[in-house]
Amino acid sequence: MAEVQFSEEKLNKVKEIIARYPAGKQKSALIPVLHLAQEAFGGWLSAETMDYVATLLQLEPIEVYEVATFYSMFNLKPVGTYLFEVCQTGPCMVSGSDQIIDYIKNKLGIGVGETTADGLFTLKTVECLGACGYAPMMQLGKHYREHLTPAKVDEIIAECRSKANAN
Amino acid sequence: MGRKLLLDKAHIEGIRYYDTYRSNGGYAAAEKALKTMGPDAVLEEVKKSGLRGRGGAGFPTGLKWSFIAKPEGVPRYLVCNADESEPGTFKDRYLMEFIPHLLIEGLIISSFALGANSAYIYIRGEYAWIPDILEQAIAEAKNKGWLGKNILGTGFDLEIYVQRGAGAYICGEETALIESLEGKRGNPRIKPPFPAVKGLWQCPTVVNNVETLAAVVPIINIGGDEYIKYGTGKSTGTKLISACGNINKPGVYEIEMNISVEEFIYSDEYCGGIKNNKRLKACIPGGSSVPVLPANLLLKTAKGETRMMTYESLADGGFATGSMLGSGGFIVMDEDQCIVRNTLTFARFYHHESCGQCSPCREGTGWMEKVLKNIEYGKGKMSDIDLLWDIQRKIEGNTICPLGDAAAWPVAAAIRHFRDEFEWHVAHPQEALTRNFGLAHYADPLPAPVAAV
Repeated sequence: MAEVQFSEEKLNKVKEIIARYPAGKQKSALIPVLHLAQEAFGGWLSAETMDYVATLLQLEPIEVYEVATFYSMFNLKPVGTYLFEVCQTGPCMVSGSDQIIDYIKNKLGIGVGETTADGLFTLKTVECLGACGYAPMMQLGKHYREHLTPAKVDEIIAECRSKANAN
Repeated sequence: MGRKLLLDKAHIEGIRYYDTYRSNGGYAAAEKALKTMGPDAVLEEVKKSGLRGRGGAGFPTGLKWSFIAKPEGVPRYLVCNADESEPGTFKDRYLMEFIPHLLIEGLIISSFALGANSAYIYIRGEYAWIPDILEQAIAEAKNKGWLGKNILGTGFDLEIYVQRGAGAYICGEETALIESLEGKRGNPRIKPPFPAVKGLWQCPTVVNNVETLAAVVPIINIGGDEYIKYGTGKSTGTKLISACGNINKPGVYEIEMNISVEEFIYSDEYCGGIKNNKRLKACIPGGSSVPVLPANLLLKTAKGETRMMTYESLADGGFATGSMLGSGGFIVMDEDQCIVRNTLTFARFYHHESCGQCSPCREGTGWMEKVLKNIEYGKGKMSDIDLLWDIQRKIEGNTICPLGDAAAWPVAAAIRHFRDEFEWHVAHPQEALTRNFGLAHYADPLPAPVAAV
């Protein structure tokens, strides 16, 4: 893995974030900066990445670890290029999310929390994402995929594969 | 058609952008408040309107604002709670995505009333595409002189910032949200001191839900006296309801709080009835933490009165026979749904979301999930039902924040109203794996109430 170091552009973004808070309150920037770091360094937060963020914000490493381990969106181990986060809470469950999760498991040949051998897909089940009226649904990157059906899941998988091939 | 105050212009093409919003009457309320009213007059109007917090607790907004401490030389903050995470709730997302300027305008007026010069919108991390929409709206508003220094020449300064969370239901609790905004774990604080005295960075802070802040705009436009003409009794104005589950038309609806639950579910203006012509079995009317009601108690109160979509009517009968309007997350279940399984998903949710500070919640939510799992998967004992009841009783009221109550209530209500379904699971473990208990008697007419002697 490349050295953990933000680009100039990202460093400017960090400065912009810190400027949102009163002087001396740069700890408030921690969660936004961890999001930036996760995006920049392979979709997860390694110990090196967290230490780097600590240095950047003049925090003790433990202050970063305790936050990174609290919030479910921070991945503490590597994940596939495409992370399928399928909601399984009540409203999605009554709309058929169990069947969608089973379908994805069979289709990709992985269990929940696992990554395909080619490193492309990780399947995760998550709790309510606030899309209950458009269930079943999953988060994929920055966006939601809603009204899922097996056919729609097939399309999404094909779309990811072709994106991966194009890169 | 019910009258609307928040979504009346939602259908207009381009309402997401400043020019369209402005040319359709947008920012008139901000102009009125800043130029002609002054902070105290805004507060009076909000008090008069009877507006109650739209996040779930229903606390009077004007009263909350009036508690803010005003020590000399200490900044005050307004924080918008956009952490919308209560299962069944997706109304704030709709407002922010489609009419972001309504929230920005509400934030300007509210900050002006509170004397806050910085406002933060704390939005749940998973709504990852919405901060871009909000930041664009903020930039547009700033560009047109509604934010920044000396707004409209009044001497009032305001900046609005968007902060993303990172996946934690607990951050919807206002003190946990403040902790998170300070860059910490979302552990709720012990109150007092309340945020109005010591909130963000130990400064006086008001935390309000997205819909609450948006509602301030029509209140200033039409006046508090006019606002209370919408709705019923202490349920003034309109409420956004996010309807989901087994209905024909899931989505976000703005209702005047004067319609019946039956009309909301069956009329074509709203949910459009139960999907596939099934029968209604149960409903959770205000987000996953409020008590589930069987069909018969949902449509009529125990007194035999029509149940209305208001704070008071949904709560009629207390927890014994009523529920709550809560956040407006309206979850409908048809005759094919299994109450045990649904309750299990909520127990798992609260276990996952417990911050872990208080033992009753940290341990109890895990035990409830485990016991429910046993019952659902055919390994339950009859005594487990009483055990579940016992656990939830020991969580409720014994924690720093209301997450403990929120975890206990759905389990309690499920056992209270659907005990025979739990017993059937225990008595027929094999059968319960292959089919559901079904509608049973849950939609049967209630016996006529005994006349008062």
